[in-house]
Formats: sequence, structure tokens, C-alpha cells
Amino acid sequence: MQRTISRFVWPASRRTRIRYLWAYALIGPQLLFFLAFTVYPIVMSYVYSFYEWSGFGPLEQFIGWDNFAKLVQEQAFWNAFRNSLIYMAATTLILMPSTLILALMLNRALFKGKVFYRTLYFLPVVTTTSTIGIVMKFIFGNENALVNEVLLGIGLISKPIPWLGQADTAMLVLIVIGAWKFYGMMLVYWLAGLQSLPKEVFEAARTDGANPLQTLRFITLPLLMPVAAVILLLTVVNSMHVFDLVKTLTGGGPFYATETVDLYIYNYAFSTSGFPQIGYASAAGIVFGVAIFILTGCLGLWAKRLQQTGGKH
Amino acid sequence: MAKRKRALFDSLLHGLLTVGGLIWIYPFVWMIFSSLKTNQEYINAGLKLLPESMQWSNYARAWKVGHFSDYFINSVIVTVSTVAIVTLLCMMTGYALGRVTFPGRKLFVLAFSATMFIPKGYTIIPIYLIVKQLGLLNTMPGVILAESSGAHVLFILLFMAYFHGLPKELEESAEMDGCGFLRIFGQIMLPLSKPIIATTIIMQFIWTWNSFFVPLVFTLNKPELRTLAVGMFSFAGEHTIDWSGMAAGASISLVPVILVFIMFQKYFVEGISGSVKG
Repeated sequence: MQRTISRFVWPASRRTRIRYLWAYALIGPQLLFFLAFTVYPIVMSYVYSFYEWSGFGPLEQFIGWDNFAKLVQEQAFWNAFRNSLIYMAATTLILMPSTLILALMLNRALFKGKVFYRTLYFLPVVTTTSTIGIVMKFIFGNENALVNEVLLGIGLISKPIPWLGQADTAMLVLIVIGAWKFYGMMLVYWLAGLQSLPKEVFEAARTDGANPLQTLRFITLPLLMPVAAVILLLTVVNSMHVFDLVKTLTGGGPFYATETVDLYIYNYAFSTSGFPQIGYASAAGIVFGVAIFILTGCLGLWAKRLQQTGGKH
Repeated sequence: MAKRKRALFDSLLHGLLTVGGLIWIYPFVWMIFSSLKTNQEYINAGLKLLPESMQWSNYARAWKVGHFSDYFINSVIVTVSTVAIVTLLCMMTGYALGRVTFPGRKLFVLAFSATMFIPKGYTIIPIYLIVKQLGLLNTMPGVILAESSGAHVLFILLFMAYFHGLPKELEESAEMDGCGFLRIFGQIMLPLSKPIIATTIIMQFIWTWNSFFVPLVFTLNKPELRTLAVGMFSFAGEHTIDWSGMAAGASISLVPVILVFIMFQKYFVEGISGSVKG
């Protein structure tokens, strides 16, 4: 068998040729955007990471791996890294089960009001995160803030808690608000996943006399696994990047206790005090990006293996 | 028996979800009522939600003194322009990818999807420099261009799948009638894709309206171009004790997007669902 050397032959038909030209014309603008605002910035962010550069003037001080060497020795970076991981792990662990439970409740066949509750719990998702950060600062912020008043009122605490003034509680508030903000999004993910399951299987289970718990354990959950893997990945990636909320709610404080990597990088690239360090910020972005890439890659492989072993039962 | 148990369970669940839902959106309710109190009332309010009398002057103060009128107009201009650009780009790209198997098509889709996954550095700096090179730094078109950047993979895939699913005969019979490629796209196929257009418009509207990072970076040296999200942040930094003015400002920036969502939520939810199924 002889394979054709060039796989593409210019089409004979005039109609096809015209169609190709139109397709290129339609794609052109988006391609230009894509090259200029996606490909070029990604490539350049790698290039910058090997330079000592403030963002102004020519790019000429090549320093090899120095930015990376400096980064891995920087305690503040690992502190931010740790904060991002804590935030990601906590929100994911809170959200994955709790959103699934509500989705299962709302999705039951004869339950009325699904759209109403979905709208209600989805509302925080569509609101401006940075503005939410400011509003929440007033709800948690000072001594006579709303949360303290409520907790004092029902006798849960005896004196006001400076929620955003201490490291642990500030992180806790950040996690709770982050989870609250993203809850509706995951609820909709799960509802979409549940709706995509084949209906016949559930009818068969009903005729076989399976009770709701058995159906859930042996049919719904196993069938949901592929969707669950996608939702997990989306959640992990989303919660690794926290900027708007930290910037406006805590500013990374107190004493860097809630500084995430995205905020850390921003402060190096756009610091109002001192010289911006674009090369260093780019290096930090790449190290963090690679870390997320490895993390999601491992999760993806794990999910795949889980599905395969799950399928054998 | 089982039926009665189920009914009891459902009414318990309704009770739980309603109470939970009220707590869930209480921050918004609290924000709106706080915007109608005097600052003195705000401090001493405790758990009291309702203001003694409606202080609409808070809104007037935020609007004029707090520059929220400018921020609002800027937000509208940036959002409308970005939505228009993104929707146009995505429908054109989606149509070409969905209807024509041109050489390079697979590579194009692959490259687009790959950029979602590969690790990147700090891409806002190169974008900033491109806008600067174009001479658009510190201008409204510069902010809009930066906001419209990004690969919009979700929208392109939605359009692509939709156009791909339309019957071939539709196109063929139009060609028989002498319709050219562009007319078939514009007059026959596009009107059919209204649901996808609606999804794209609504989702992009909400994303751009809420966008903080890009407008923050692009208005650092030009406060006149601030959008509501950025303006709110700087207002909170400057007028630290004008709580009711801040609540009014927050309401001005949040209420429009909440209303848009409630009116068009069907399309928004469909778009989100598409990102899991796809």
C-alpha cells in the first residue's frame, strides 16, 4: 500500500474552493485575536521569565534561571502557594458533596420548585466578585458587623470576633464566601449531569423494585462518575485562581495570611511601592501554572482509573 | 403510605430550602436596606433591617460625589462593546468550523482547546504591551480590546456544534435558489442559531460586567475609565466611613446584573450546562 505523500490536494470543485476561502475569511478575525491575545502572551510570559525586567525599556537583561532560583527560595511565595492550596482543598471538599446533595434533592421526579431554588442559590454566582468582597468586609469586618451581631444575638459567642483581623478566621471567612459564591455554579453542573443520564435505566430499576437509596448507590452515582470527574477538575482549577475576592476582602492580610498566588504575582507586577518585577512575576506564574497542570493531570488520571475499576463491578 | 411519607419529606425540604435560601441571599437584602439608612443609623442598626426613613440621598451622593455615574456609563460601554465583539467573532468562527471541513480545521480546534490547559505565565503584561503598541493605552477602546481578548472556547464550541447539527439540505436548497455562502450564513443559518446567540450574549454580559482584574490593570493610570467593579473598590478605599454611600454604590453595580440574570437565566444556565456536557 502506498500512502499519498501530500494529504491535502487543492479541491477540484469550484464550490469547495469558494467555501474554503469563505471559511478562512470568517475565521480570520478570531485567529488574529487568538494569535495576538492568547498565543503571543503565553509565549512572551515564558520569555520574560528569563529576564530581569521592570516592564519598561528594552528587554535585554537575560538572567537565565535566576528568577526561578530566587522564587523557590522565597518564603513568601510558598506561603502564598500554601494559602492557595488550603483555599482550593477546603472549597472543593465543602462544595463537591454539598452541591451534589442539593442537586439530587432538586432533581427528583415529582419535586416542584426546582427552577425557583436554582435561581435563589445561583444568585451569588452572577454578582460582581470584587463588590461582594467589599460588602462582605462590612458584614464580617468590624466589631459591630452583622455576623457578630447575629452570633451575639443567638448567644453563640460572648464577645465579638475580629473575623478578618486574625489569620485563621480570615482564611475561614475567605473560604466560606468563596464556597458560597461558587455553590450555584456547581449545583448547575450537577443538575446538567443528572439530566444527561439515560432514563431507561431508572425505569428498569423501578420495575425491579429498587428503593431510592439502592438506585442512588448502584445506578445514579456510578453513572455520574464521568461528570463528577469533569466537575472536580473545573472546581479545582477555578479555586486555584482567587484574585478578585482576596484583593477586595482581605487584601491578602492580616500579615499575608490570606495572600494567594494570584495576588502575590499581582503585587510583584503592579506594585505601587517599588519597581515592578515583570520577569519574576512571569516566573511565578509559570511555576504555579505548571503546578496546577500537574495537579489536574494527576486528578484526571485518578478519575480515569477510578472509572475503569468502577466499571468492573 | 409511601406517598404520604414522600409528601412529608417534600414539605420539610421546602421549608429547609426556603429558610436556607433566605439566609443565602440575605447579604444582598442587607446591602439594599443599608443603602437606604443614614450612616448613624447604619452603625447603630444592630439586627434591625428596615431604615427609619428611606435615604435616597445616599444614591445621589454615590452617583455624583462618588463618580458612580461615570463608572456606570463606562461599565455599560465596555460591556456592550465587548459582548458585540465576542458574539460576532464566535458566531463567524463557529459557523466556519461547524459547516466547512477546510484544511487546518482540526489543528485550529486543537490549538484553541490546548490553550485552556497549558500552563502560562503572567499573560496580562504582554496584552498590556500590545494595547500600548497599538496606541490604545489609557483609552476606552484599549479596555474593550483587552476585555474581548481570550479564546472564548466555550462559545465557539457551542456555535460549532449547533451549526454542525443543522441539515445539509437547508444549505443545498438555498444554493439551488442562488444564495451565496455569506447570504446562507447571514439570512438562513444565523437566525436559526438564536438560542446560542442568546446564551453567548447573556454569559458574556455577566462576565464582562463583573470583570475586575482586566479593568483594574487597564485603568490604573486613568481613573476616568474605571468600570463599576473597579470604581467600587477605589470608592471603598477613599470613603472608608461612608457606609451607606458604599452600600448604595454596591447596589448600583449589583442590581443590574441580578436583574439581567433573573430575566434571562434560562440561557445562562444552558451555557453553563454545556460546559460540563461538552
